[in-house]
Amino acid sequence: MSSRETMLGRIRAALADVPPEERPEDVQVPRDYRRSHAGTGADVLDRFAERVADYRATVRLVAEAGLTAALGAALTERGVRQLVVPEGFRAGWLPTGPFTVLADDPQLTVSQLDAADAVLSTAALGIAETGTLVLDAGPGQGRRALTLLPDYHLCVLRADQVVGDLPEALERLDPRRPLTFISGPSATSDIELDRVEGVHGPRTLDVVIVTE
Amino acid sequence: MSEGLVWLGTPAFPQAAKKALADTQLRRNLGKATGTIRDKRLRVCAELDDWEQLRDSAAALKLRTLRHLPRYLEQLEASVTAAGGTVHWAADAAEANRIVAELVKATGEREVVKVKSMATQEIGLNEALAAEGITAHETDLAELIVQLADDRPSHILVPAIHRNRAEIREIFRSRMPDAPADLTDEPRALAEAARLHLREKFLRAKVAVSGANFAVAETGTVLVVESEGNGRMCLTLPDTLITVMGIEKVVPTFADLEVFLQLLPRSATGERMNPYTSAWTGVHAADGPSTFHLVLLDNGRTATLTDQVGRQALGCIRCSACLNVCPVYERVGGHAYGSVYPGPIGAILTPQLAGVGHAASLPFASTLCGACYDACPVKINIPEVLVHLRAKEVDAKRGRRTPTVESLLMRAATEVLASPERLRLAQKAGALGGRLVGRGGRIGPLPGPFHAWSDTRDLPVPPAESFRAWWQRTHPEENDR
Repeated sequence: MSSRETMLGRIRAALADVPPEERPEDVQVPRDYRRSHAGTGADVLDRFAERVADYRATVRLVAEAGLTAALGAALTERGVRQLVVPEGFRAGWLPTGPFTVLADDPQLTVSQLDAADAVLSTAALGIAETGTLVLDAGPGQGRRALTLLPDYHLCVLRADQVVGDLPEALERLDPRRPLTFISGPSATSDIELDRVEGVHGPRTLDVVIVTE
Repeated sequence: MSEGLVWLGTPAFPQAAKKALADTQLRRNLGKATGTIRDKRLRVCAELDDWEQLRDSAAALKLRTLRHLPRYLEQLEASVTAAGGTVHWAADAAEANRIVAELVKATGEREVVKVKSMATQEIGLNEALAAEGITAHETDLAELIVQLADDRPSHILVPAIHRNRAEIREIFRSRMPDAPADLTDEPRALAEAARLHLREKFLRAKVAVSGANFAVAETGTVLVVESEGNGRMCLTLPDTLITVMGIEKVVPTFADLEVFLQLLPRSATGERMNPYTSAWTGVHAADGPSTFHLVLLDNGRTATLTDQVGRQALGCIRCSACLNVCPVYERVGGHAYGSVYPGPIGAILTPQLAGVGHAASLPFASTLCGACYDACPVKINIPEVLVHLRAKEVDAKRGRRTPTVESLLMRAATEVLASPERLRLAQKAGALGGRLVGRGGRIGPLPGPFHAWSDTRDLPVPPAESFRAWWQRTHPEENDR
């Protein structure tokens, strides 16, 4: 007998107390928790900005007209020399400045990514209550390694992509895509259970929200 | 020692606890760390006014999953396979280790990078791989500290919780060849040293081994919840990913994650959300590993499922909130439990996973104060299971030919408590006896078979006069009523 059959057999024997006619949905799961803790309308954006900032990431709100200038300023301020820009990032949003832009076509090697200072990406959505960005490898986000190896992640999000809380976010996400939930820069609580920012992932995270 | 769980039973809890209690540095380190995390957890949980509703929902989801586990595991297998992954079933630790070692060998590689995982610790995977000539590099900061120091993890979430920053600096300076000479004990500097040490290993790694926090039956999506980005490195850069998960980690639907992802980070590190959660479904074209293996691990879980009271322990999402609030854990630390699963959850999980006759002292390593039950995000009634397992242990002893001292005393107590006159005489004798063996108002070590009882207790001597005697003396008019 294969281990598969052995294990399934053991489980069925262990669950002899479960009536054979019982279906999973017969075990009631109460769902009376909130869909969101973040309020509505403009509150959601405020909450998102506040919660992202709690992780020592910066959040800037800009109108689309000022976006390119804001991105350029952020990159210059951080002293970026080599900038990774994933495929599908809107050409009109791309800032110019004293840095080289690296496209992932053909695929950049890990050493190239490791040598780059920064990555400029979009995101699938933002979650206000937890201050989280979710990336799903969509346009402007690229494959997962792009937003992992460079030490500085600059992320652009449209205001209408920010949802209140996790339940709303999961409704909008497609589990068949690779998903990365990002809440602040890389951090650890491994030393005396106190959070310090900056281990393996990007040590600096800036978020720019396009308000109109 | 049980074969499936590493380090079990060396030595039993009472002896190990006694040694740990004498270590003042350990108690200071634990007190500081658990104090910090308790405050943070309470703050972020209080932000959600529906915390109790979320706990109820999580508990019900776990119940639903466990009661219909065969169906969900088969569904998970089908969806992972459909998404391009390969599913393996491992009945015990030896089989899981063999599967992983063979998969690594098939790639032609001799080293793997690892994401922190309780399941692979439980089965002693690193040691098993080493025996096959494969080097496993732990990449979580705390695991790295433990691995460098040839130490053992002492906490589910923060394996190096028993070490303070100064000790960690010493470990890095003496054991990490590339540690900077001027390394300070600033956590930021220590984290930076680990970053540099592991960077090159991440960049050249071809095979990674991980655990899983959740796996969704409906979609085949597997999730790893982490902080440092070492998880993302392992899950993204290598060509081959091997994930070992306990069969109880399956959840029915993707939407069910909305409950667990709200509860887990807040209960674990006291954060609204952990820095990074990665979710992948099989393999993704031109993004991340091109080969994905999922190893479903039993190793005592089906035996645990047989016990209708004890099976709730399988609902554990490994947040470790119960460790951080436990007065026993805070004083003795994780090593005393002799298991990869320490603290209150370890006290109910370890003996069940290991089977009858192993870790028998662990269900007694608790004051039954109930703080663990209050803190548990999936509402595992740990005190209930502790009492249940204690009863099983006592029942097992009852069958012996020679009765234990404890059972004789309990039999005597039944006789005494059955009659008011006998109780009065016993109290009088107790007051007298207490003064004979007591020193400075406390009862010290007792002789002979009684020492096992007196050694673990800090007791005042019984009062010279019992309440009943005092009442009779001061209320003579009530005595006849």
